[in-house]
Amino acid sequence: MAERVLVKGTEAIGEAAVRAGCRLFFGYPITPQNELPEYMSKRMPEVGGSFLQTESEVATINMVYGAACTGRRVMTSTSSPGFSLMQEGVSYMAGAELPAVLVNVVRGGPGLGDIQPAQGDYWQATKGGGHGDYKLIVLAPSTLQEAVDLIGLAFDLADEYRNPVIVLADGVIGQIMEPVTFPEFRDPDTLPKHDSWALQGAVGREKHVVTSFDIDPVVLEKMNFELVDKFERIESKEKRWEEYKLDDADVVITSFGTIGRISKSVVEKAREEGIKVGLFRPITLWPFPYERLEEIVKGKKLVLDVEMNMGQMLEDVKLAVKDNAPIAFYKRMGGMVPTPEEILNALKMELGR
Amino acid sequence: MTTRIIFAGFGGQGVMLMGQILSLAGMLEGKHVTWMPSYGPEMRGGTANCTVVMSDEEVASPVTEKAEVVVAMNIPSLLKFQDDVIPNGFLFINQSVIDRDSNRTDINVIKVPCNEIADELGNLKVSNMAMLGAVVGGTDIVSTDNLFKALEKKLGSKASMIEINKQAVMKGYELAKASLVK
Amino acid sequence: MAMQIIQKKPESLTDKEFTYCPGCTHGITHRLVAEVLDELGIREKTVTVGPVGCSVFAYQFFNTDATVAAHGRAPAVATGIKRARPDLCVFTYQGDGDLAAIGTAEIMHAANRGEKITTIFINNAIYGMTGGQMAPTTLLGMKTTTTPYGRNSNNDGYPIHVSEIIKETKGVAYLARVKVNTPQDVQKAKKAIKKAFLAQLKGIGFGMVEVLSTCPTNWGLDPVAALKWLDEHMVPEYPLGVFVDKVGDEQ
Ligand SMILES: Cc1ncc(C[n+]2csc(CCOP(=O)(O)OP(=O)(O)O)c2C)c(N)n1
Ligand code: SF4
Ligand SMILES: [Mg+2]
Repeated sequence: MAERVLVKGTEAIGEAAVRAGCRLFFGYPITPQNELPEYMSKRMPEVGGSFLQTESEVATINMVYGAACTGRRVMTSTSSPGFSLMQEGVSYMAGAELPAVLVNVVRGGPGLGDIQPAQGDYWQATKGGGHGDYKLIVLAPSTLQEAVDLIGLAFDLADEYRNPVIVLADGVIGQIMEPVTFPEFRDPDTLPKHDSWALQGAVGREKHVVTSFDIDPVVLEKMNFELVDKFERIESKEKRWEEYKLDDADVVITSFGTIGRISKSVVEKAREEGIKVGLFRPITLWPFPYERLEEIVKGKKLVLDVEMNMGQMLEDVKLAVKDNAPIAFYKRMGGMVPTPEEILNALKMELGR
Repeated sequence: MTTRIIFAGFGGQGVMLMGQILSLAGMLEGKHVTWMPSYGPEMRGGTANCTVVMSDEEVASPVTEKAEVVVAMNIPSLLKFQDDVIPNGFLFINQSVIDRDSNRTDINVIKVPCNEIADELGNLKVSNMAMLGAVVGGTDIVSTDNLFKALEKKLGSKASMIEINKQAVMKGYELAKASLVK
Repeated sequence: MAMQIIQKKPESLTDKEFTYCPGCTHGITHRLVAEVLDELGIREKTVTVGPVGCSVFAYQFFNTDATVAAHGRAPAVATGIKRARPDLCVFTYQGDGDLAAIGTAEIMHAANRGEKITTIFINNAIYGMTGGQMAPTTLLGMKTTTTPYGRNSNNDGYPIHVSEIIKETKGVAYLARVKVNTPQDVQKAKKAIKKAFLAQLKGIGFGMVEVLSTCPTNWGLDPVAALKWLDEHMVPEYPLGVFVDKVGDEQ
């Protein structure tokens, strides 16, 4: 069996990317994810890859666009303000159907905010963020092992669908240390080459063009329809979630990422007090697992959504739950992380206990 | 069982390292562990702390309000965290820096003269290891075997330092054992 | 006998204690700017535009109206304020990451437009706030947390000379590079800062002072060694001097 090692979240993500065959990393410093580019600056030269500290996130995302044009695996990471700066480029990448993995270690906002853990970028990640009609696949890990596994998955999904994939983490996932088992190294030479479209030099073939642009609305609309088809395929195939102690539960907590794991403590503590609570944790925030959540909440006494934002996933939870169960919401913001105790108290208040 | 431990002190007192070594020892012991640091500009010359959660089951929450064990390396840390110890929990006080008592009477308070122990061994840098030894001696949260293995892994390249670190650990360990018997 | 006040805190500084590390020369430069504002009697019509960097708290330290711009965008924010209220005195205070990496476009164009604003540019060859990553001004061979093998021109390019580049733009009215290591350095620096403000007040154009500054924390040096390192390594790479002076000496 592979060895378990104790690593920091940012480094776990970096090493997982290296093992997934990523040899290109572009990034600009921003807390709380600095250890990830720092790790890559050491690691990339060791594996024959390329690390570049860019002059800004605007430059970063366009370098990622360029690297992705060649069909190679490329990653960047940033935190909230930096991700906002990248949005123009992200939209171009979605339009040009370029695969890449983008890590956002979310911090408190809006604006400069602070550097503590938060989840206020849910809407930006799942509903758009940049201009135009597009979707990004959004994966939200709640433990470091899951972060490692999802990085591998993120590269595979990006390649399969030719679409940027976001790994949405937060300051807790970025900063904690936890034991993980890394997967085997994947040989970059065995990865998808994207020979049918990538820019590699038109040797003995028709030229390739990668662009999000077409001046003719008739043609552009056709491209839009093709994208929509792709997004529908992703929706039908790629929904992922975790169910925890839901079978006999009266109350369903919905939460993602770090709050997802904290909610497990709430489930345990509540059960010690005789309140039957379970957890539904979306792993893909887009596509969101609406159908399964709707099924689960039927006949439940309460759905308690818990987030570190003003109620962003809550809108998707409402779309899923409809009027099948009453919904309550508990929030912390500004970089404050709720403890299991306070969530349990909120839950008991809602139940009138 | 789940044990939550908060290490707190000044930036340069090695509180992060103590937490990391204990986490590593916990992992070697086959337990689930998480280590969560405070981070940001407040670390610049200010206070730093980290939370270690060690459990037989998967660690659900790496953040906590209450802790079974608090390690206070300086006065601000004592004031900030002493009330978070659960009844019958442990509070370890770095006696070399903290010249006052805890306000708690419902917990086990163990005072460790970290600097004096380190000084006696001839290197002030190992005072945090004296404290780490005391924590393990007081709580038996990991075996000294695994603690030493973790220490070796963490200090790897500085092999010459390992022996003196181990000695500091053992001094703290025995001191804690002795003060529990009393 | 009444006590004589030899040194008193400039009115243009608040009582807020600086958040800078011991030995960091950000603090000296703050004081110089405040003294100049006092001496020119313009505190009440000045607006401070702070950056993102260790001096992100500048808005708390300067006793003027103040705002914080997004990372690198201070010259654009200052332009907006100045265009709306040409009667105000507007200055930006920016680090080398802020001004010379993410904000390169904004500083170039503010200078080129001859924007009537003043910029204090703190070159410490490092990203202080985020924990010691490479800055565009980092010296070749210098180890930082993102150049663990030393800055290598092949991968990371060369130390950027902002003053030498923008001195060519026609809108610049005053431009100098200074340091604040010794009392003499401090006097020269203050004079330069005053002229950079006068360039704005007299409506001549854009004024900037680049201050070579220490970062003992991320250079891994004590404050005295950091001053020495600055003299020995930074000054040869970034020679001191006045690049542009359209303000003249009679004030
Ligand atoms: C869009 C964006 N990207 C990154 C950051 C993170 N960030 C904060 S300060 C800073 C650089 C600070 O370095 P410098 O400007 O040299 O100032 P110093 O701290 O050295 O004085 C960075 C990259 C941010 N706040 N916003
Ligand atoms: S990190 Fe460096 S630049 Fe920032 S306050 Fe400390 S010494 Fe000054
Ligand atoms: Mg700097």
